[in-house]
Amino acid sequence: MSTRLASGGRLTNRSKQIEFSFDGKRLTGFEGDTLASALLANDQMMLGRSFKYHRPRGLVASGSEEPNALVNLGKGDTHEPNQRATTTELFSGLEATSQNHWPNLDMDIGAVNGLFSRFLTAGFYYKMFIHPRPFWKHIYEPFIRQSAGLGKAPKAEARDPDTYEHFYAYVDVLVIGGGVAGLQAAKAAGEAGAKVLLVEQTAHWGGRAVVDGGTIDGMEAEEWVKTTLEALGKMDNVQVRSRTMGAGVYDHGYILCYERVRDHAPLAGGPRHRMWKVRAKQTVTATGAIERPLSFAGNDIPGVMLASAVRDYVVNYGVSVGDRTVVVTNNDDAYRTAIALKKAGMDVPVIVDARQMGGGALMDEAKALGIRVETGRGIAKVKGGKRVTGVTICNQQGEGAMIEEIACDCVAMSGGWSPVVHLWSHCGGKLNWDDAQAMFRPDHDRAPTSHDGKPFVTVAGSANGYLGLKDVLEDADTAGKSVSGSSAMTDAPKAENAEEKPLEPVWLMPQGASYDLRMKAWLDYQNDVKVSDVQLAAREGYESVEHTKRYTTLGMATDQGKLSNINGLATLSNALNEAIPQVGTTTFRPPYTPFSMGAIAGEARGDIFQPIRKTPMHQWHMDNGAEFEPVGHWRRPYCFPKAGESKHDAVMREVRATRDSLGLLDASTLGKIIVKGSDAGKFLDMLYTNMMSTLKPGKCRYGLMCNENGFLSDDGVVARIDEDTFLCHTTTGGADRIHAHMEEWLQTEWWDWKVYTANVTEQYAQVAVVGPNARKVLEKLGGMDVSKEAIAFMEWKDGTLGGYNARVYRISFSGELSYEIAVPANQGRDFWDALLEAGAEFNVTPYGTEALHIMRAEKGFIMIGDETDGTIIPQDLGLHWAISKKKEDYLGKRAQERLHMADPNRWQLVGLETLDGSVLPDGAYAVGEGYNANKQRNTQGRVTSTYYSPTLNKGIAMGIVHNGPNRMGEDIPFMAVDGETIIRAKIVNPVFFDPEGAKQNV
Amino acid sequence: MLILQCPYCGVMADETELHAGGEAHIKRFGPGSSDEEFEGYMFGRENPKGVHFERWRHVNGCGKWFHAARDTNTMEVFGTYTAQTSTPPEDLLAQIRDKRPGFKWREFS
Repeated sequence: MSTRLASGGRLTNRSKQIEFSFDGKRLTGFEGDTLASALLANDQMMLGRSFKYHRPRGLVASGSEEPNALVNLGKGDTHEPNQRATTTELFSGLEATSQNHWPNLDMDIGAVNGLFSRFLTAGFYYKMFIHPRPFWKHIYEPFIRQSAGLGKAPKAEARDPDTYEHFYAYVDVLVIGGGVAGLQAAKAAGEAGAKVLLVEQTAHWGGRAVVDGGTIDGMEAEEWVKTTLEALGKMDNVQVRSRTMGAGVYDHGYILCYERVRDHAPLAGGPRHRMWKVRAKQTVTATGAIERPLSFAGNDIPGVMLASAVRDYVVNYGVSVGDRTVVVTNNDDAYRTAIALKKAGMDVPVIVDARQMGGGALMDEAKALGIRVETGRGIAKVKGGKRVTGVTICNQQGEGAMIEEIACDCVAMSGGWSPVVHLWSHCGGKLNWDDAQAMFRPDHDRAPTSHDGKPFVTVAGSANGYLGLKDVLEDADTAGKSVSGSSAMTDAPKAENAEEKPLEPVWLMPQGASYDLRMKAWLDYQNDVKVSDVQLAAREGYESVEHTKRYTTLGMATDQGKLSNINGLATLSNALNEAIPQVGTTTFRPPYTPFSMGAIAGEARGDIFQPIRKTPMHQWHMDNGAEFEPVGHWRRPYCFPKAGESKHDAVMREVRATRDSLGLLDASTLGKIIVKGSDAGKFLDMLYTNMMSTLKPGKCRYGLMCNENGFLSDDGVVARIDEDTFLCHTTTGGADRIHAHMEEWLQTEWWDWKVYTANVTEQYAQVAVVGPNARKVLEKLGGMDVSKEAIAFMEWKDGTLGGYNARVYRISFSGELSYEIAVPANQGRDFWDALLEAGAEFNVTPYGTEALHIMRAEKGFIMIGDETDGTIIPQDLGLHWAISKKKEDYLGKRAQERLHMADPNRWQLVGLETLDGSVLPDGAYAVGEGYNANKQRNTQGRVTSTYYSPTLNKGIAMGIVHNGPNRMGEDIPFMAVDGETIIRAKIVNPVFFDPEGAKQNV
Repeated sequence: MLILQCPYCGVMADETELHAGGEAHIKRFGPGSSDEEFEGYMFGRENPKGVHFERWRHVNGCGKWFHAARDTNTMEVFGTYTAQTSTPPEDLLAQIRDKRPGFKWREFS
């Protein structure tokens, strides 16, 4: 059983006991424990189930590479799935639950999948779920969705109570990794005067050296780490941060780091996580190396762990994984685990060394301690279910015939070490295969390069492929000096490399393992990918490692293949009979390990997720019960329901009141762009499809803007202020876009034209005063003459109204007598109030965007975004009258001359009325005769706008229909949302109301 | 995330301050042009692995459009320059020739 030893544990404080729970069981650990070490100390060997076969899963590793020990943490609002027990520091009151099982961890129904594993091979989903076709939607997909995912997603109504923030940092040198290499690199760069940031993902410094021992500058490694940290602390130009992971390296020296500020102390104040956005001139990645598992049958049974992890638990936490540990290795390093266990009083029945010649000095030391060593041997099979009970030993060169069975409750395996090259590779750093050490190492001649074309990432220490302490420190010292431009003649710290015999690559154990053994030899523990799966993929023609990855799901789990990738691609290269470097690696992508959504969002949540633009009248709308809708970044009132009134009823009332007497619309959000200069007319002639240069000062003209591809992009009324000045109204959502569009053409194409633009949208409050009594209310306010003679339709004038400086446009988007009145923004609310007061006797009724939409649709006016969708040209909408035939050129003109644009068979705008007076569904398609190649009904048009008209007391709609304008009076079938019901509608003129314009021209 | 120096205001601007505007030095073809010319103008674009000339706008800054010469493969920025030109400056081209002998991009080499 796994247990806490009587003594030991360099990171734990035995005087401070901590209570926590796992699956509801109350357990205790010590201060300094991780959740993983505390669970092991409580003999909780099994921590979860695998994704596909629901196999029992226990700890494999002790750090961020852990694939199995994923748990749910917290509950309610703080619930978080898929947290690694190995990187979760224990705190008082921690609540963890295991994942991916039902009804419970010990007894799991899904484990029955394991019985069918012969049929659940690589590509199973692709092969199995393809036929019969209809089964996908109704049977397979619901089933797969049910079983997909590891942890439980937080409940939809849960709200994370914690806060998060973003930090920005600018440094000369960023050092990632707080092992001895990172410390030395930071020290060397700091001594050279560089501004340095050193980050370490765990809470502790020193990396592996403090566990594995060694002497640096005459000190124990632990002592040297402490001394170096103190030295760094005294340098003002050096900042160090633990619990901060270098997550991703991006172009031009942009690096994301992830700081877990108080995951270990949830009750402390301040943000929970920080995302650091660092710009570093140079980055040193001293990210160490990760031990590789060995591929033998049963290597996934709880109790089989990386040799270094077994060593970590004993040395760092005083926890033993088992009483009897079999060590299996292809290198010398794993002997350290056997020796550490033996010295801590545990039994090591045998070290199984796959190498014929065995190891060097460490082997001799192990033997001297009385440990039996078997060379040239391998593990044929691990015995046990929910935990290891023994192993059978075989000849490594054979096919797995048992030589001997040995009882044990832990297997410590080591397949060698893989440098953590992720951060080097994120931005394009290339790798070389090192045959002697069987590892990919950074190729310094092909480093990621920055804006100056020079390398900006340097790798140091074991991440660079140096595994000896002396080599690591020298490499780090050189790296630190080179990135800081140091010319110091100081020596690297003195240390010795341990004398070790070379490793021998072992990608399968035994090398001739039978199919039965191979299909129990796991590569990817979390996603259940085995040696046999990768071999099957190779047989089925998946030669590219990227394809094999996706076919088998190797390395696609939350650990992103930190343990499995090298073994997997070695297996693939063997199956393809190609060299490993020819097969290559999959792409390393950020982040190094997953980080929280909260850290990504930072402060941008809730009310400050997005800035909201408010008009000067916004508060009045709030106070008067407006229902808002988002339009761009604005919030516009949709309608103003009275107490007890539905939204629909409010809209109907607003339309009727406006048509009968007087309505007010807050039109401040309309885009207002000043275009000024001696070439302003010429410029607007290019921008709009119609002629603007001939517009007389004092007049208004409705205009259409297309993009260069011919499609309608925006519309609005242009007013000519004086000879050199135009004011262009745009749609609410289009102001910024159209202003940018103008600037783009002015700056990049017609830069010699004398034109200046300014977006003055927010400088004015604008109110549409609409309805038969519009003139009366303005006359009541008094000031300027607003008579028909003084301001005719499509004219504007400056003056005063009720004492306010006003610019009055006589334009109409409703078909009513209508004035749009702009006043300075800071007088907008006062002016609005004055209109309401003066309008009281006319039953003045503020209306929202929905009433606006209905009234414009009753008049057959198009709306950008309803009648247009980026594929509509003005000609489709019957707007030929707004397209100048005199102009040689305008943006979109050449595009509209293309064959399919000039095709008379395009769908074109018409009005639509259902035969029964009902409202057509928005977006409904008019179906045609027959079916297309995909067996879908042919279509002949669609609905673009549809409303119930309170003016006409029936449903009205606009739509585009094939050859529509020539089919007036014809009734055509529309398909309802259910895909079955046909609704018949008649094609009519899109102007439903007052086609003569009698109401507006008064 | 790229850093480009705005040639107008001199700021070393993060990519988040900028708006990418696609390929630079495209000649406009309007009414009167052939279908082939118009198609090339609207849709024909270079897709180099290496030297590229691009348009950018310092949208969250001074608002000016400018041009950048950049290696799409190594991310090296050879220089940024005014948007109000139809050809890259000769000294910039000389510098690129020096760093990428034999480079060719549309009519520039």
